[in-house]
Amino acid sequence: MTLHFDGTIDRRRFTLEACFTCEPGETIALVGPNGSGKTTALQLMAGLLRMTAGRLSIDGEELDAPDRGTWVPPERRKVGVVFQDLLLFPHLSIRDNVAYGPRRRGSSAAGAGAVADTWLERLGVAALAREKPRSLSGGQAQRVALARALATDPRLLLLDEPLSALDAATRLEIRCELHRHLLDFDGYAVLVAHDVVDVLVLADRVVVLDDGCVAQIASPDELERHPRTRYAAALVGTNLLQGRRHGTRIELAGGVEIAAPGPGADGPVDVVVPPRAVTIMAAELPPEPGSWQAPLAGMEAAGDEVRVRVGGPVPLVARVTLDGLHELHLSPGAPVHVRVDPATITVFGEPTQPVDALSAPVRRRVPASPGGT
Amino acid sequence: MTRAASPGTRAPRGFVAVGVLAAAFLALPVLGLILRAPWGDAFERLGRDGVADAVRTSAVCATASTFVALVLGVPLAWLLAQGRIPGRSLIRAIVLVPLLLPPLVSGIGLLSVLGRRGMVGRLLDRWFGVTLPFTTAGVVVAVSFVALPFVVITMESGFRSLDRRLGAAAATLGADPGSVVRTVTLPLVAPSLAAGTALAWARSLGEFGATITFAGNLPGRTQTLPLATFLALETDLDQAVLLSMLLLIPTIVVLVLLRDRWQGLS
Repeated sequence: MTLHFDGTIDRRRFTLEACFTCEPGETIALVGPNGSGKTTALQLMAGLLRMTAGRLSIDGEELDAPDRGTWVPPERRKVGVVFQDLLLFPHLSIRDNVAYGPRRRGSSAAGAGAVADTWLERLGVAALAREKPRSLSGGQAQRVALARALATDPRLLLLDEPLSALDAATRLEIRCELHRHLLDFDGYAVLVAHDVVDVLVLADRVVVLDDGCVAQIASPDELERHPRTRYAAALVGTNLLQGRRHGTRIELAGGVEIAAPGPGADGPVDVVVPPRAVTIMAAELPPEPGSWQAPLAGMEAAGDEVRVRVGGPVPLVARVTLDGLHELHLSPGAPVHVRVDPATITVFGEPTQPVDALSAPVRRRVPASPGGT
Repeated sequence: MTRAASPGTRAPRGFVAVGVLAAAFLALPVLGLILRAPWGDAFERLGRDGVADAVRTSAVCATASTFVALVLGVPLAWLLAQGRIPGRSLIRAIVLVPLLLPPLVSGIGLLSVLGRRGMVGRLLDRWFGVTLPFTTAGVVVAVSFVALPFVVITMESGFRSLDRRLGAAAATLGADPGSVVRTVTLPLVAPSLAAGTALAWARSLGEFGATITFAGNLPGRTQTLPLATFLALETDLDQAVLLSMLLLIPTIVVLVLLRDRWQGLS
C-alpha cells in the first residue's frame, strides 16, 4: 500500500526525471526553484500529463506505465487536486462546485448535495453554499477548493501551493486547518510549497527537486539540519557551501579557507553555515585571522535584523542587527571582511550514505542531458 | 456604455458632422419604412394569399437552419479554438467565405454541387431519390450555408476566452471529455451561444439571394418572407413595405437582446 512515482517526462525545453514514494497518511512536500518540475510532477500524478517513461502506481494499481501501454485518465483516478489558482467553476454555486465531483463519479444529485453539505460544514463554509465563487474572499475560496477536492474521497490529494494566494493572517489560519485535515486524511498527500513554514508544518517528508531531478529526500528536520542544494538551504534560511577538507582546514571556492569545527576524514564536504555564524566587518578595519574580503551583494530587512548577502567566490547570507548595520557604513558593491565562526557551522562528509534512511533511492540525471530550465 | 472623455481626445474637425450624417444615413431607411407602412389596412393586407405561407416557411426554415448551423458550427468552433488542428488558418478562411461571397454566388455554388446534376446532388438523387433544389429542405440547406459562419465565429471567440484549465479541474473531479463540454464548457460559453444563435437566426430570416437561386420561389414551399416581399415590390409597393416591417421587427428584437454582447464579438 504505497504510492510509487518513478517517471520521466520529456517536454520541449524541460525534462523531469524523478523517483519517490509516499506512504498512506503521509504528506510529501515538493520543493524547488521555479521550473524545477514540481507542478509537472503533480500534473503527472493527476493524469493531466502522461509520462514518457516510467511508472506511477497507487496501492499496487498502475496508473501510468508507458512501457506497458497503461494509462488511466484523470477522471478515473482517485485523485483530488487543489489547484494553485483554485479553478472553482464560476458558473456553479459553492454547493454545486463541491457536489460536482461526487455527481460525476456516480452519486445521485441528492447524494452529491449531501456530501457537499457535509464537507462545507466541516470546512466552516456551509453558510456560503448558495454563493457564487466570485463573491468569496481568498480564504473562503481556498476552503471551498479543499472541500471540492476532498468530496470525491480521493486516495491521493494533490495541493499546488495551496496557501500562496492568501494574505498573512488568512494564511496562518488556513495552514492550521489544512494541517488538521491532512492529519485526518488517510490517503497520500503531495504538496507543492514555496514557503518554509508550510513545509515544516505540513510535510512529513520533503522531496527537493532541482532542474528536473530529485536532489534530496529528507524529513523536515533533516532538511533544516543538512540541506543539500543552494535552493533548499535558502528555503530553510541557512547557507550551504561545498568544500574539501584537509585535516583541520576546509578549503572553499576561490582559495578561501576556514577552520573545521572538529575531526573528520579528508575529502569533499558540505558545510552548513547558519547566518548567525557569519560576521561582517567594515573594510577599513584591519583583517582578522580567518577572514576574507567579499563584495556586498544585497540587503533586506527581516524584522529587527537585516539579512546581508555577500558575493564573491563564497556567497553567504549574514544576519546583522540594525545597530550593527549602522556601524558598518555599508554600500552595495563595496568590499567587506567576512569571517565564519567555526563553532556554529556543521560539516558533512561526502559522499554520505543514502541521502536519507527514509528515502527511496535517488537517481540523478545523466549530466550530459541537454536542456533544463 | 458611456466612458468619461479622457484628456487630449478632442474630435478632429468635421468628425462630429460626418458622424451625425452617417448615423442618420443608417437610421433613415428604417424610419422611412415605419412611416411609409400602410398601417390603416395592415390587417387586411396580412390576411392576403401567400403571406401566412411565407411567414410560416420563413419561420420554419430560419429555425431549422439555425439548428443545423449550431450542430455543425459548435464542434468546428471548438476545434478551431483548441488550436491543434492542421490547416487551421485555411479552415478559418473557408468559414468566412459565405460571409463575403454574394449570396447569389453561394446559391449558384450550391446548385452546382447539390443540384440534380451536381457532383453530390446526382448521387443523392440516384441512391436515395432525394432532390434538394426547389424544396423546403433546399431552403434550409441554402440558409444554413449562409448562417454557419455567424455561429462558428461567435463560438470560436467564446471558446477562446474560456479558461481551459477549468476543464482539467473538471477531469480530476471525474468528468470525461463529454461531461466537461456539457457541464463546464457549454454553460460558460452560453452567452456566446445565445449571441451566435440570435445572429444566425436573424441572418437566416433575411436570406434572399442563395435561397432564390438554389430553391426558387414556390409559394407554400420555398417562398420565404423576403422572396414574397420581392415579388410584392413589382405590383404593390405598400404590400412590400408592410412585409418589410415583418422582417424588421425580429431584427430589432435581436438587436435589443444582444445590446450588451456586441463588444464581445470579433
